[in-house]
Amino acid sequence: MAIDTRPTPVITTLDDALAGLDALERASRPPRDRPSRRLLRATWPKFATLACILVVWQIAVWVHWQRHILQTPAHVGSQLVSLLSSSLFWQSCWATAQQAGLGYLLVIVIGGLVGTAVARIRVLRSAVGSLITGMQTMPSVLWYPLGYMVFGQTSKAIILMMVLGAAPAVANGFISGIDQVPPGLVRAGRILGARGIALDRHVILPAAFPSILGGLKQGWAFAWHALMAGEFLITLTPLSLGGRTVNALSYGDYATVVALMVVIVAVGIAVDGVFSWADRNLRSRYGLIEASAS
Amino acid sequence: MTILAPRPPVEARRAAPVVDLASVTKLHGHGPDAVVALQDVSLTAASGEFVCLLGASGCGKSTLLNLVAGFDQPTTGVVTVGMQSPDHVDSPTGRGTDLAGGSTTAMLFQDANLFPWLTIAANVELPMRLRGVPKREREAAALDLLERVRLGGFSTKHPHELSGGMRQRVALARALAQDAGLLLMDEPFGALDAITRDLLHDELEALWIERGFTVVFVTHNVREAARLGDRIVLLTSRPGRVAETWSVGIERPRRIDSPEIASIAATVTDRLRMEVSRHGH
Repeated sequence: MAIDTRPTPVITTLDDALAGLDALERASRPPRDRPSRRLLRATWPKFATLACILVVWQIAVWVHWQRHILQTPAHVGSQLVSLLSSSLFWQSCWATAQQAGLGYLLVIVIGGLVGTAVARIRVLRSAVGSLITGMQTMPSVLWYPLGYMVFGQTSKAIILMMVLGAAPAVANGFISGIDQVPPGLVRAGRILGARGIALDRHVILPAAFPSILGGLKQGWAFAWHALMAGEFLITLTPLSLGGRTVNALSYGDYATVVALMVVIVAVGIAVDGVFSWADRNLRSRYGLIEASAS
Repeated sequence: MTILAPRPPVEARRAAPVVDLASVTKLHGHGPDAVVALQDVSLTAASGEFVCLLGASGCGKSTLLNLVAGFDQPTTGVVTVGMQSPDHVDSPTGRGTDLAGGSTTAMLFQDANLFPWLTIAANVELPMRLRGVPKREREAAALDLLERVRLGGFSTKHPHELSGGMRQRVALARALAQDAGLLLMDEPFGALDAITRDLLHDELEALWIERGFTVVFVTHNVREAARLGDRIVLLTSRPGRVAETWSVGIERPRRIDSPEIASIAATVTDRLRMEVSRHGH
C-alpha cells in the first residue's frame, strides 16, 4: 500500500504549538499535602524525642541516680510554671532579649560589612581571610578575658564577646555567598545595564542571599552561645536569664536551674526554627529545592 | 563570497547599528604562551541584518561576540558598533547608548541566566528599572513583551517553574526590554530539544522581521545557520579566521526542513568538514 505523503491539511499556528509544548513541558507536579498534615509530619518526631528524654529522666530519678540533685520532671515542670507566672522572670527575659537584639544587630552589621569588603577586595582577603575562618573556630568564652579587660563587668563586655564570637560566621556567609554567585548572572546583569552599586543591589547580593542567610543563622547560634557565656560570667541587674541561672545554682535551687535551662534551650530552638523556615522558603523560591520536598 | 541564491533587497529598517570588525586579532595570554583566538578577522553586519557565525570548537566564536559586546578589547584591529568605536569609550559596556537611554546591545546565551529570585515579570522589568523607567510604565511594558513571546500567563511564576524553552523566551523578552538595536546570541538554543528549537526559530524570525534589529548569531549547527541567517560566516579553528561567507537568499518565513535550506546546509557542511579535517593531520 502506498504511503500518503501529502501534507496534513491542518496548519498549526505558532501560538498553538508553543502553548501545547509549554503545557507538556510543565508536567503536572504532585499535589502538596494539607498544611496540617505537613505540620504533623514535621513535629511528631520532636515530641517523640521530648517524651523519650522525660521517660529516661524519670527513670533516673526512680533509680536514685544523683538523688540529692536530680528532681523529678514534674517538680521541674511546676517550677517552670511558677517561673513563667512571675514578673521578675519576664524582666530577666526582656533584659536578655535586649542584649541579644543589640548584640546580634551589631554582629550582622559588622559581619556583613567585613564580609562584603573581604569578598570584593583582593588584598583584604589575603590579609584577613584566613583569620576570619580561624576566629570562627574559637569558643566564644575565650573572648571573655578581653571583654573584661576592655569593658569590665558591664553589658558592653558581653556585646564584645558576641561580636567577636559571631561576626566571623556572618562574614563568612557573605564571603562564600559572593564568591559563589554564578558568573553568568553577573554577566547578564552587566548586559542589562547594572553597574557598580546597582549590580551589587540587583544581582550580586540577591544571588548570594541563600548563603548569607546560612551565615546569619550560624551567626545567631554563635551569638547566643556568647551571650549565655557572658551572662554566666558577668552579673547584671536586672538579672538576665543566664545570671538568674547562676544565682539559682549558688542557692542550690536545682529545680529552678533546670527550669531556666529548659527556657534557654527553648529560645534557641524557636529562633533556629524561624531561620530554618526562612531558609526553606528562600530555597524553594530560588528553585534550589522542590517546593514540596520540605 | 559565494552567492547561493539571489538575495532579496534589504528593506529599510528602523535604526539598527552596523557591526564592523576591521582586521581584528585577539590573543589570549601574553608572551610566547599567548594563544591566537582570532586572526585578522574582518566582518560586517549591516543594519538590521541577521548574520550567523558558524564554526567548530576553538574558532573563537564566543571571543568574537565578547569583543562586539565590549566585554573585551581586540589585541589589534578595530571593532565598531553603530557609529562609535569601543576604543573611544571608557566603560567597556557603556558605549552605544541609544536615544531612548537604553543599552543598544542585548545578549543571549545558551543558559537563559534569568535571576531566580525575581518573578518572570520582574526579570523582564529589570533592564527598564535600571534605566529609570517608572514602575507603572515598565510593568505594562513587561507584560506586553511577555504576551509577545506568548508567556503572558506566567508573569508571576519564578524561573525554576518554567521549562528550558520557556526560560529562553523570557530571556528574549528581557533582551527586547532593553530596546536594543543589536542582539548578540551565543548558541542560545544549543541546550534545547529539536522540537522546541524549531519553534523558537520561528519565534525569533518573527520578532526580527517585526522589530528589525541587527543580529549576530553564533552556532555550531549548520542547518540552524541556514534557517536563520541572511548571511553565514564560516570561521576556521585555531586560529579563528573567516574561511568563507555565503548569502542566503531564501524568502522568509523559512522552514528548517525545506529543500533549499538542506541544499545550503550541504554546501556549508562540506566546507566545514574540509576545514575541520585540516586539524587531523
